[in-house]
Amino acid sequence: MTSRHVLVLSGGLSPERDVSLRSGRRVADALRDVRPDWHVAEADVDAALLPYLQQNRPDCIVPLLHGAAGEDGALRDLLETLDIDYVGSDASGSRLAFDKPVASTLVSGTGVAVPEFVVMPQSTFRELGAPAVMAAIGDRIGFPLVVKPTRGGSALGVSIVRHSEDLPHAMVSAFAYGETVMIQRFISGTEVAVSVIDGPDGVHALPAVEIVPESGMYDYHARYTAGTTEFFCPARLSEEMAATVNEVGLTVHSVLGLSDLSRSDVLVDDDGVVWFLEVNVAPGMTETSLMPQAISAAELSVGDVLAGIIESD
Amino acid sequence: MNERPSSGSRLDPWVDSYAQRAKNVSGSAIRALFSVASRPEVVSLAGGMPYVQALSMDHMADVAARVVREQGARALQYGSGQGDIHLREQILDITAEVGVRAHPDDIIVTTGSQMALDLVTRTFCDPGDVVFVESPSYVGALGVFRSYECDIVHVAMDDDGLVPNALRETIESVRAQGKRIKLLYTIPSFHNPAGVTQPAERRREILEIAQSAGIAVLEDDPYGLLGFEGEPPRALRADNDQGVIYLGSFSKTIASGLRVGWAIAPHGVREKLVLAAEAATLCPSNYSQLTVSEYLATQPWREQIKSFREVYRERRDALLDSLQAMMPEGTRWTIPAGGFYSWVTLPDGLDATAMLPRAVAELVAYVPGTGFYVDGQGVSNMRLSYCYPEPDRIREGVRRLSLVVESELEIARTFGTASAPSPGSSIPPGESSTPGPDVA
Repeated sequence: MTSRHVLVLSGGLSPERDVSLRSGRRVADALRDVRPDWHVAEADVDAALLPYLQQNRPDCIVPLLHGAAGEDGALRDLLETLDIDYVGSDASGSRLAFDKPVASTLVSGTGVAVPEFVVMPQSTFRELGAPAVMAAIGDRIGFPLVVKPTRGGSALGVSIVRHSEDLPHAMVSAFAYGETVMIQRFISGTEVAVSVIDGPDGVHALPAVEIVPESGMYDYHARYTAGTTEFFCPARLSEEMAATVNEVGLTVHSVLGLSDLSRSDVLVDDDGVVWFLEVNVAPGMTETSLMPQAISAAELSVGDVLAGIIESD
Repeated sequence: MNERPSSGSRLDPWVDSYAQRAKNVSGSAIRALFSVASRPEVVSLAGGMPYVQALSMDHMADVAARVVREQGARALQYGSGQGDIHLREQILDITAEVGVRAHPDDIIVTTGSQMALDLVTRTFCDPGDVVFVESPSYVGALGVFRSYECDIVHVAMDDDGLVPNALRETIESVRAQGKRIKLLYTIPSFHNPAGVTQPAERRREILEIAQSAGIAVLEDDPYGLLGFEGEPPRALRADNDQGVIYLGSFSKTIASGLRVGWAIAPHGVREKLVLAAEAATLCPSNYSQLTVSEYLATQPWREQIKSFREVYRERRDALLDSLQAMMPEGTRWTIPAGGFYSWVTLPDGLDATAMLPRAVAELVAYVPGTGFYVDGQGVSNMRLSYCYPEPDRIREGVRRLSLVVESELEIARTFGTASAPSPGSSIPPGESSTPGPDVA
C-alpha cells in the first residue's frame, strides 16, 4: 500500500454548498479511517485552490462539489489541464449528465423509458407570451407535471404542478435556479436510486435504495432532514425488477460515458416500467444520502470504496 | 413488488421519541443558501453580526490576560446563578443610559439576552398561551416562543413601531376567543428586523394598554445605545418597573462572542428566572462575566459605543443612499435611526424567498421576510443588514441586488405573477428560513 496525498474538494458557490461541505467532511473522515497512512486534506473551491494544487500537487482529488462547476465538467476540465488525477467521471461525461435534457435524450436512445418533456428558456416565454406557451405545454404534457431547472440537484427549484393555475409560480421558482427549465410528465410510482461503482472489481450496481418521503415529495427537506423519509435498501422490488433497475443504472452509466461512480434516480410505475429521471456524477455522501446507504447495504464502506477507486486509477 | 420486504430506515432511531416542540423547528433549502453567504465573494446583507473589528484587539487581549492572571481561580470556576454581583452593579451604569434604574438584585446575568428570552418564556408560558409580537418580529424570539408551543399573534406596526390601536383590538379579539395572553414582546428601539423606533408618546400609550390589560411587557433592547442621533431612547422599563421585564445585552456594545446579556425583572419574576437559569446552565460563564466587568472597569466603553455608532451610521447611510440610487421603482424601505437593519418591501408581487437563489447566484444575500412571521406574511419583504460589510461592499451589494430585483420583475411580468404574490412559495411553518448567528 502506497501513501498518498488525497484532496477532497467540497463547498463551492452553488446552492448545494452546505450539502457538499457535509459530503466532503464525511468522505475525508472515511478515507482517513481506512487509510491512516494517507494524507487526506480538504479544500473549498476558491482563489486559494489553484496555488495550492500547483504547490502541493495531490496524487488524487475527490471532487464532491454539487451543482455547477463541480458537476458540469468545468472543474474536471481544469484538473485534466493540470494533469491531476481525480475520482469520478471526466469532463465530457459530467457535462452530459449534468444537463438533464441532454442526459434524458441520450438515455432514451438506449430504449430506457424517459417521461415526456419539453425544455424552454426564459426568453421563449417572454417573446412568445407565457400564457400561450404554458397552455400549449399543459395540453401536451398534461397535469400533473414536474417543473425543474435543467441543471442542478437536491430538488432545488423543483415543483410538482397539479393544476394549470399553479404553473406560473412553479416557473418562477425554477427560473430562480437557472435560465432554462424542463417541464416533464409526472410519473407516479416507487422512487428508487441506483448507485453504480466502477472500481477494481469492474462496473457493478449496488443494491437499489427505495425512497418513501413522509410528505410525499422527496424535496430538499426530505433529503437532508433525518427522520422525514423512510428508506428501504434493498428496495422492495422483485428480484427481476431489482435486476431491471440495476440494468438501467448500468446503461445510464455506460451511455453517458461515466466513470468510477454515479447514481441514477428512477421511478418504477405500477406496470413495472422503469423510468429514468436523472443521474448524478457527484452523488451526495451526507448522513442521509442515498449512495452511502447503498454502499452499506452491499456490506462495503464509503472509505473502502473510494480508496479502492483511487488505488485502481 | 413487495416480494422481498425489508425493514425501512429513517436514519434516525429516535425520530418517534422527540417532543412535539422539537418537531416544530427544522432547516430548509433557504437556510442552506446562507452557507454560500459566508464566502468572501458574496456581499452578505443577511446576518446580524456586529462589527467587532472596531474594537481594539490589543486592549481586549490585555483585558482577557488580566482576568486570567489576576482572577483566574474565580474566572475558571462556577459562579453565582444570578451572575457576578460586581458586573450587575456595572450593568446599572449601562441601563442608566436608557433611563432604567434598578437594584443589582433585580438583575440576572444570562448567556446573551437570547437565554433571558428563553427563561422568561419558560417561566410564563404554558403551551397554547398567547404571546403578542410585532409584525414582523425578531426571528430568535419567534423560535423561542414556538419551542414552548406558544400561540404567537402578530400585532401591526407602522413607521413608529407597534400600533397602539392594533394592540387594543388584538387584545379584545384574542380574549373574545377565550385565550390567555401572557406576554407582549417588543423591541421599541431600532427594531429587528423593521428598523423603526417607537416615539416616547407611543411608548406611554403601549405601557398603559398593557398595564390595564394585565399583560407583562417583555422589552428587548439590544440596540438601545446604538442610535445615530441625540440621546438613547428612554426604555419602557424606565417608566414601569413592575410591568416590564427588560432584556439587555453586551453583544452589540462590546462583543457578541462573549455571550453576556441580562434581564431586569420585578422581584417575584427575578426569583423564578434565577431558579430557571440554574436549572438550565447552573450559572453564566464566570470567565465571560469577569472579562466584561474588567472591560467596563478599565476601558473607555462610552467612547467605544460612540465609535460603533459612527461605524454603523456610515454604513446605514451607504445602504440608504444606494437603495435610493439603484433600486427599481416600487421598492420601499424603512429609514433606521439606529441599530443594524432596514426592512425592504419589494415591488408588488415579488416573492423575496423565491428570489433568494437568484440573488445568491449573483453573490448577494439577504434574509427573506417570511422568517420574521409565523403566519406566512412577509412574502414581498426582506431584511437588509448593514452592520458588517464595509460601505463600498454595501454599495456593491445593493447594485447586485437591484439587478436581481430587475430580473425578478421581468420574470414576474412574463408569468403574470407580478400582482399575485404566492403564499405557497413561502417557507412552511417551522422551517427556518433565516441564517444562523454566525452568518455575516
